[in-house]
Amino acid sequence: MSAQDDADYQHSTGAAQSGDEPIRVLDDDGTLLSSAEPPALSEAELLGMYADIKLARHFDQRTISLQRQGRIATYAPMTGQEGSQVATSHALDDEDWLFPTYRDHAAKYVHGADLAALLKTLRGYREGYSVPADVNLMPEYIPIATQVPQAMGMAWGQMLQGNDDTAVLCHLGDGATSEGDFHEGLNFAGVFDVPAVFVCNNNQWAISVPRERQTASETIAEKAHAYGVEGVRVDGMDPLAVYAVTRAAIKKAKAPTDDERRPTLIESVQYRYGAHTTSDDPSVYRDEAESEAWRDRDPLDRLETYLYQTDVLDAEREAEIETRVEAEVAAAIETAETAETAPERMIEHVYEETPDRLQEQLDELNALREKYGDDAFAEVLG
Amino acid sequence: MSSAAAMEAESATERLTLVEGVREGLHTEMECDDRVMVLGEDVGKNGGVFRATEGLIEEFGEERVVDTPLAESGIVGSAIGLALSGLRPVAEMQFMGFMYPAFDQLVSHAARLRSRSHGQYTCPMVVRAPYGGGIRAPEHHSESKEAFFVHEPGLKVVVPSTPADAKGLLTAAIRDPDPVVFLEPKLIYRAFREEVPQKSYEVSLGEAAVRREGSDISVFTWGAMTRPTLIAADNLADEHGVDCEVVDLRTLSPLDAGTVVASFEKTGRAAVVHEAPKTAGVGAEIATTIQEEALCYQEAPIKRIAGFDAPMPLHALEDYYLPQAVRIQDGILETVEF
Ligand SMILES: Cc1ncc(C[n+]2csc(CCOP(=O)(O)OP(=O)(O)O)c2C)c(N)n1
Repeated sequence: MSAQDDADYQHSTGAAQSGDEPIRVLDDDGTLLSSAEPPALSEAELLGMYADIKLARHFDQRTISLQRQGRIATYAPMTGQEGSQVATSHALDDEDWLFPTYRDHAAKYVHGADLAALLKTLRGYREGYSVPADVNLMPEYIPIATQVPQAMGMAWGQMLQGNDDTAVLCHLGDGATSEGDFHEGLNFAGVFDVPAVFVCNNNQWAISVPRERQTASETIAEKAHAYGVEGVRVDGMDPLAVYAVTRAAIKKAKAPTDDERRPTLIESVQYRYGAHTTSDDPSVYRDEAESEAWRDRDPLDRLETYLYQTDVLDAEREAEIETRVEAEVAAAIETAETAETAPERMIEHVYEETPDRLQEQLDELNALREKYGDDAFAEVLG
Repeated sequence: MSSAAAMEAESATERLTLVEGVREGLHTEMECDDRVMVLGEDVGKNGGVFRATEGLIEEFGEERVVDTPLAESGIVGSAIGLALSGLRPVAEMQFMGFMYPAFDQLVSHAARLRSRSHGQYTCPMVVRAPYGGGIRAPEHHSESKEAFFVHEPGLKVVVPSTPADAKGLLTAAIRDPDPVVFLEPKLIYRAFREEVPQKSYEVSLGEAAVRREGSDISVFTWGAMTRPTLIAADNLADEHGVDCEVVDLRTLSPLDAGTVVASFEKTGRAAVVHEAPKTAGVGAEIATTIQEEALCYQEAPIKRIAGFDAPMPLHALEDYYLPQAVRIQDGILETVEF
């Protein structure tokens, strides 16, 4: 682990809430810190958050296994990061917009994406990117940091149109803070004072490059100050702390007080336990012991302990949630695997009205399919 | 070394894949010229996401093999400055689909430093990028947009289709006094092996290779499409008695118009095969060059067998997007039977 983050955790054991130290509500074991105030969440809300983190973890395991069996293509795992994803989405109101990355499966699901659709995308169907009409969610962004100025623009647009109830939450990675788009987006956000919350999921690695090679600044949160945006660090493996910080930022985005500005950059300090994607081998660039150390602060374990300690959860409820979650994931896999697609999909929605030349290209392809059968198209290299 | 041993070393070969040919090109050139350095995302410790730079950091150290922050404009812009300072940077873009943040640096600056400064400053650098479809990659990872770079005067654009060419063309690119965009067809990174000389050597930029001699039609292609084109040519010979000449362009800018036109004058018919979208692709340039220079030899319309004018689909449909042997065959037959 980087010296900086080690120091963060050493300093933060007393519910530190000042300076560069990440804000925490729970200690590493899940006990409420004596100096901390738990966020105002009902039992049902707490259980909902817990169930979503459990689902995210189960989904992650099942999806990695589907990839290993060749049933889906490349997948970006999120284990270790689900607590933060679930908590930030729980902090949103339905009308808020979410701009996710390729790793934000749980954040998308909680904000209203269909689980089977997520799997359809991974099976190579673009249809999987579409969301229910009343869900304010963009398709995941794969080119790094490109979502940042767009999310800013969406927030700006909402503000210009007087939609004061709507804020925008934009996810990004620590690597993304190196791209020009991150700086341009944040700078605009500060200048136009828009209702946007940027959450940097600092999982310590951008593929093989560690956080300290991404930036020479001490923290990512501090970059916010250069743009006149508020910067906050939070323990990203403490779901209650992430919820509290994000909820406050969303509220402020919509209704700042006189001395506040709308936009916030939250640095959610966390760790990616597994590989960057299923095509990546982390043993080439990092030490397994590092990953083990972060597992001691596991977000699912911590929330579970807290819920047991406060009598919100018991063994019976836990078992019931587990069964429900497993059934939901199994049903989504079934739906995704029985979905069908057709070459027509390639040219649909490229334009509102398909140009004749493009339609002709498809017609030519279909004539060849008639003539040779679909098997003739199965491999390019013969 | 005895002269026999020296001759043996000179002619020694090893069986390599295309990505290993790239690595060997980098390796031999870093040995030959200590101004050569490699920079990019994950190129050091990780050896590149496709392992094209594997082992280089161990051998040449962190100053010559540099893991940079995640910033394409920063990588290409700093490479321009490194080249201006006298070094020979080879920058890796992780995928062609992620080159766009660096586009401004490439087209506004790398391409025209020589002309803007009236020859006072030059920009000898290489930007490498894996490109093309067919490996079930996520969105944006299968782009084939070589035409963007071909359209920019001042850039050279190179696409190898064999392991030996990958090494020789990359060596020539690094030694070239101008900026070179070196596009690596990742579908064939590991698809086959061939004997590659162990010594350092160049395959000249700007020279196409005739991969198959033929008399009925000239088929122009490059990169990953060379292989299905050769398969189609074999099938056409076996099943229809059609004798295709297959020309692998290898360098898209500058285009080897001499070889293109000479081949066409011999056969009188042409098809171009590329996986990039058809409209305004390099195929259009080749067809027009033929029209301008060899119209009197023309016996049939020139056929483009290309990707669709639609974004590359996600992997469930990518096999329909890329030209397949049957599509190539039918296109060629249509031209021959015109
Ligand atoms: C513009 C661009 N360059 C390169 C890539 C290839 N790439 C995909 S993910 C990644 C690392 C991203 O790291 P980070 O921003 O920290 O997010 P994380 O993956 O850790 O969630 C890279 C280099 C890309 N997707 N987009």
